[in-house]
Amino acid sequence: MTQTPLLSVRDLRVEFPTRRGILKAIDGISFDLKEGEVLGVVGESGAGKSITGTAVIGLLEPPGRIAGGEVLLKGERIDNLSQQAMRKIRGKRIGMIFQDPLTSLNPLFTIGEQIIETILTHLPVSEREARDRAVALLEEVGIPAAADRLNAYPHQFSGGMRQRVVIALALCAEPELVIADEPTTALDVSVQAQIIRLLQRVCRDHGTAVMLITHDMGVIAETADRVAVMYSGRIAEIGPVRNVIKAPRHPYTVGLMGAIPSLTGDHDRLTQIPGSMPRLDSIPAGCAFNPRCSLVMDKCYRDRPDLVQAGESRAACWKVSETEEAAGR
Amino acid sequence: MLAFSIRRLLQAILVMLVVALISFTLFRFVGDPVNQMVGVETTPEQREALRERLGLNDPIMTQFGRFIVKAAQFDFGTSYQFRQPVSDLIGKRLPATLELSLVSAIFALLVGIPMGVYTGLHRDSVLSKLFLSISLIGISLPTFFIGILLIFLFSVTLQWLPSFGRGDTVAIGWWTTGLLTVSGLKALVLPSITLGLFQMTLIMRLVRSEMLEVIRTDYIKFARARGLRQRSINFRHALKNTLVPVITITGLQVGSIIAFAIITETVFQWPGMGLLFLQSVQNVDIPIMAAYLMLIAFLFVVINLIVDLLYFVVDPRLRADRAAL
Repeated sequence: MTQTPLLSVRDLRVEFPTRRGILKAIDGISFDLKEGEVLGVVGESGAGKSITGTAVIGLLEPPGRIAGGEVLLKGERIDNLSQQAMRKIRGKRIGMIFQDPLTSLNPLFTIGEQIIETILTHLPVSEREARDRAVALLEEVGIPAAADRLNAYPHQFSGGMRQRVVIALALCAEPELVIADEPTTALDVSVQAQIIRLLQRVCRDHGTAVMLITHDMGVIAETADRVAVMYSGRIAEIGPVRNVIKAPRHPYTVGLMGAIPSLTGDHDRLTQIPGSMPRLDSIPAGCAFNPRCSLVMDKCYRDRPDLVQAGESRAACWKVSETEEAAGR
Repeated sequence: MLAFSIRRLLQAILVMLVVALISFTLFRFVGDPVNQMVGVETTPEQREALRERLGLNDPIMTQFGRFIVKAAQFDFGTSYQFRQPVSDLIGKRLPATLELSLVSAIFALLVGIPMGVYTGLHRDSVLSKLFLSISLIGISLPTFFIGILLIFLFSVTLQWLPSFGRGDTVAIGWWTTGLLTVSGLKALVLPSITLGLFQMTLIMRLVRSEMLEVIRTDYIKFARARGLRQRSINFRHALKNTLVPVITITGLQVGSIIAFAIITETVFQWPGMGLLFLQSVQNVDIPIMAAYLMLIAFLFVVINLIVDLLYFVVDPRLRADRAAL
């Protein structure tokens, strides 16, 4: 049953050299993504979620660079490909959706021109076929009168409609994986749910795997199969969504879950995690979460915990390792 | 769109009226035109007769009205110095100046835009730094000095290109062109580089800074994430977004190229309007100066109109009558 995962990230490290030394934005993360699976990536701002996404698709902005590790797409390394070879993977095999639909579309080209150019770049079809395909895609993402709207410019669409167009664009060459970087953050709350459901539906229909980057646990709970919780450039906990939400192992995840308001909850106040995430240039030695952790031990100040299996999830915490060992693993 | 065009046209007419007033004032109040026209021995009676004949005793508004009506028919009177109708003189010189300006504008655009795109995309390459240094020279050296330098290098030392004049010209109707003969084309090279260098560096720097801004936008990132070809991203998606400011500046610069061809024409003894204007200043030939002023103002107004209309072509967001659905 060990089939090759669609995407496999192995010990990935991303650095930003600055005048005051090298900042480690991503410090050794590993995860797999199966075909058609939805992986949620959550964390606070600056935890490295977006950087992970951009590193996978090979669009890190210089001076940012991959300093180590591997990214494998269906078992083939893609992190060391040439610009030209990587360009052919982008859009064709890995698509990406950005946060702000208002600025993701080129204002001077009709959406038809943008979709058709993308299709023609990746697929061996005629202009006519590309056009038909564009119409079909727009219909699929719920744009009414799609054939007419092909000639409309982005400013003639509302924010939610533009994000639908963006989704159509990201999916127009049938990629196997879509990285959605906070696809709903810039949208109206009432539209957010629609867009998430649309993304979920379209990806399920096309068998596309999704790496859904967000800080909205609600979205993750509704959409994702598995979730990775990131903290200070590392994965704190990763596992099936149900387990992570219902039975979080890592103290950080426990804190995160406590901070989600619920309608049926009986707490008067939401719990909060004291302090804030360390800046990249002042990550403490040992476990990065140690200044904020209520269960902190001596070891946490000395050594970095690695991910250990804990039930169906894996968590990077010495406390979890201890409990698991005591339980005889 | 129609309302906009009409509004623009009315504005243009207003601008032209104001300029006409200024040229008219120049005509009337910088010295007595009769003094310029007659000899020393003319009697006061003859002078008075001439004044009457020229209509100089009519009320000012009548005279201004007459000036405008005549100007609209390209009649700016007779040059004091050449004793010929001003419109003939200018008509003869206009092709030389327009050809020179056109060629330098094309040079500025064809060299400036690619250099701007290149320096914007490859910020740290050696070539970019070289281009930027050259552009600094283009911006800081005065035009006449560049002209003299080019003459010294290419005409005196290397003897490749002529140092003055238009070379052989071919007449097409009233228009004489130097674009169809080898010597005419050769004669164009140095003056148009001299005239266009400043504009070229300006356009290059403008395109560069706009490119730097545009390639950081989300839609360029998204275009990359879709795996579009680098060429298409740079020259279609990014460049088009830099065009609105470039069109604005280029439009204004084409106007100034024509207006300030004076210096280049002097350095290269180019038989254009600028040279004519300079001679007329030396001889206080007011009809020519007034006509020149009107002509330049007219060209500026026309160019601005074209620029405004080009915005509509480039940027769909401005086509207001196809409002958001």
